[in-house]
Amino acid sequence: MTRGKAKEFVGHAVEAAAEDFSSVVEAHRPQIFRFLLASTRDVDLAETLTQECFLKAYRNWERFRGESSAMTWLMRIAINLEKDHWRNRRIQFWRHTRTNSVDMDEASEWLPSGERSVEQQMLAREQVGRVWKAVTGLSERQRTVFLLRYVEDLELSEIAQATGLNEGTVKAHLSRALGKVRGELRGKR
Amino acid sequence: MRFLDQRPEENALLEQTLANFKRSVHAWSEAEYSRPHEAARVYRHTNWRLAAGLALGCVLAAGSVAGGVYERHYRQELAKIAAAARAAKQQKLAAFKSASQTGDEDLLAKVDSDVSREVPSAMEPLAQLMAEGDAK
Repeated sequence: MTRGKAKEFVGHAVEAAAEDFSSVVEAHRPQIFRFLLASTRDVDLAETLTQECFLKAYRNWERFRGESSAMTWLMRIAINLEKDHWRNRRIQFWRHTRTNSVDMDEASEWLPSGERSVEQQMLAREQVGRVWKAVTGLSERQRTVFLLRYVEDLELSEIAQATGLNEGTVKAHLSRALGKVRGELRGKR
Repeated sequence: MRFLDQRPEENALLEQTLANFKRSVHAWSEAEYSRPHEAARVYRHTNWRLAAGLALGCVLAAGSVAGGVYERHYRQELAKIAAAARAAKQQKLAAFKSASQTGDEDLLAKVDSDVSREVPSAMEPLAQLMAEGDAK
């Protein structure tokens, strides 16, 4: 192969990889953003972390071997970025002391009306508010596992891959999280 | 995932609540995702504020350091002037003291010599008689 042809080949490969990556971004960006938004309840932070997640993914795209799905791989990056963010925030507590997290009541306002009556909508909104309250009281791991399962509909095996935990641990975290949500619903009824 | 609880009513409620929660999060996320973004403007604003704060902090720090240095220098100058004045005063005093001391000594010596010239020696008349007796 001549040098010119080799260059052309590499160029094509890079183009193909970029095209692959852009389709991955298009397919999974909303989901990653949604998970980060639910985790942080901070729109700006969720946007920033989503951008960082895809930047990191782009830099490491060549190393992605397809052992897990692209979604799980991206979710793992997002979870790690979120963890890093909170860790840095704990260390640099003098910076950005203000938090932009949306209030739980405000978060529970978002509910599609559907065909329900006003009363049913109010009840649903109240229940969603209670779930938010319970979610806020969960540990970081429990919250992650809970959101991946009940908001992103991931299977236990996928959650295990995304979080780096084994399935048994995922189940245990999920059970505890669910217990707290159940307790919140039971307590306020 | 099945909910491992004995009460079917509660399970139904939990299932419904979780479904509502999921719909709520999806609706919120979709609304925020499709919202026009103004992040760049916010960030620029924050950067401008940060830069202004840093500049102001630097100016204040530099000012306080410069003020401190100037004050120290000024005090040193004042101390030097005061020390020089003190030294000059001491020198003057010493000169005056030594001058007055020599003056006193000269005066005393002069008085002594004058007195010794005027007053005869205590044995002088006897000496004179002895000299006259010898002559006889």
